[in-house]
Amino acid sequence: MIDAMIALRAILIREALRFVRQRSRFVAALVRPLVWLVVFAAGFRAALGLSITPPYQTYITYEIYIVPGLCGMIMLFNGMQSSLSLVYDREMGSMRLLLTSPLPRWWLLFCRLLASTTISILQVYTFLAVAAVYGIDMPWIGYAYVFPALIVAGLMLGALGLALSSAIRQLENFAGVMNFVIFPMFFLSSALYPLWKMAESSALLRDICALNPFTHAVELIRFALYGQFNAVALGWTILAGIVFLGFAFWGYDPARGMKRG
Amino acid sequence: MRLATLLASAALCVPAAADEMWISNEKDDTLSVIDIETLEVIRTIETGERPRGITFSKDFSVLYICASDSDSVQVMDPETGEILHDLPSGEDPEQFVLHPNDRHLYIANEDDAITTVVDTETRTVIAQIDVGIEPEGMAVSPDGKIAITTSETTNMAHWIDTETQELFANTLVDSRPRHAEFLKDGTELWVSSEIGGTITVFDVETQTEKAKIEFEVEGVHPDRVQPVGFELSNEDKTAFVALGPSNHVAAVNPDTYEVEDYILVGRRVWHMDFNADKTLLFTTNGVSGDVTVIDVAKREPIKTIKVGRFPWGAAFRPTN
Repeated sequence: MIDAMIALRAILIREALRFVRQRSRFVAALVRPLVWLVVFAAGFRAALGLSITPPYQTYITYEIYIVPGLCGMIMLFNGMQSSLSLVYDREMGSMRLLLTSPLPRWWLLFCRLLASTTISILQVYTFLAVAAVYGIDMPWIGYAYVFPALIVAGLMLGALGLALSSAIRQLENFAGVMNFVIFPMFFLSSALYPLWKMAESSALLRDICALNPFTHAVELIRFALYGQFNAVALGWTILAGIVFLGFAFWGYDPARGMKRG
Repeated sequence: MRLATLLASAALCVPAAADEMWISNEKDDTLSVIDIETLEVIRTIETGERPRGITFSKDFSVLYICASDSDSVQVMDPETGEILHDLPSGEDPEQFVLHPNDRHLYIANEDDAITTVVDTETRTVIAQIDVGIEPEGMAVSPDGKIAITTSETTNMAHWIDTETQELFANTLVDSRPRHAEFLKDGTELWVSSEIGGTITVFDVETQTEKAKIEFEVEGVHPDRVQPVGFELSNEDKTAFVALGPSNHVAAVNPDTYEVEDYILVGRRVWHMDFNADKTLLFTTNGVSGDVTVIDVAKREPIKTIKVGRFPWGAAFRPTN
């Protein structure tokens, strides 16, 4: 048990140090959603300013709508970033070193997942603080309620990154992940447009969006930010998290060795 | 004794009815009654055709309804929702205002270019005054001496002496004036112009223009910024102005005539009214068919409530 905790601490510190030392990564993680908020949302304000969908009680501007989606975006990109660094670690050999530890492999991977989720959450809170300064603030209770939602969403998206990293052979293949995983997941979700807006252009697109686990992670965050609980979103997010984690553990299964690496 | 105690405690358990906001739905020929505590529609009442302007008598015992396409002003018992009788109103009554004497209704007859004055007690027309084409906005000064009619096509505010029931002045305003109100104890008259996109401020004593208020909503084309109804908060500290298809309500400082805030509401916001202590403002949003509730202190919308189709007028009714 103590060994397991030592491993958790070591992995958390390693990830934290890596994050702190890579200032550009922190700035990039913050600048990306802020550009969307300030530039993209301003452009779309007139087009998408009129909808009342739960948890909102009245009409909202597009900037307000997009904030939970951008929180999700931070977590999605961070999950993928973590996946990228796993592939890098594997190429550099430090991954092999980690996985040769006598501790169960699933525990090591879970520690890694927890570390990346913690960093994601820190990034999201920093983004929410900047958004509040920009004039988009949430009810105070929302900032507390969103914490467990961010843990669940972060673990699910981190697990996706972990599962992907077990399938990617080389760092160069990561561009494919961007094109085939991150972008479709982000754009085919409720992060940028409400589902009813999607349905106006295509019912099929709306259905795809409704199946996308990222949609549910975003909705979980959105409801929590307004002090509300969305059981369906939580259920889907947990289910997707379990499936992704299952893939990741299977991909890194010692019985399969590091054949793919 | 025990029974009496039980009955007394049962009576105490009956919750006091909350105050209400009454909304006229132009396309549904109905009124929606909103409970101000729960912010939900608790009653829908049928009216004559195309109800627009609505106002309560001073003691809130009756509601006057401009049933425009029925060519009548209906008088309703708000407790039962029953139409008690109709008043002779002239053709196509759109908006009206109740004189401070609680007896004379000044009604704008849109199709006839006249203002009709009706005695609500004797139910007779006591005067008909020729005004400009398509009269709409109506106001009476707090001392009851002046009534105003604005005419949409003539682009004028017509000043009526309520003693003689005759016009004593006509003043030009910007295109399509929609609504008028007296401010600052009746020393100023404000007239909103829908197409002109302005509010013209008049000095009442001289009937001359003293200021003009303009609006500019970020990201909204100027053509869509169309001031219509407006109301004053406590002590005339803020004027809230409905800006029609811009879907915003402006908060104007009546001392500096500057716009301090814009608040997002539903589509084509038209008229509004406050609750008892003026902490909440209810705006009727015609195209989206709902009412947005604004927290006056924070100047933030807190809820939007679905009502009937094309809500037009709003009138507050205390129930306690």
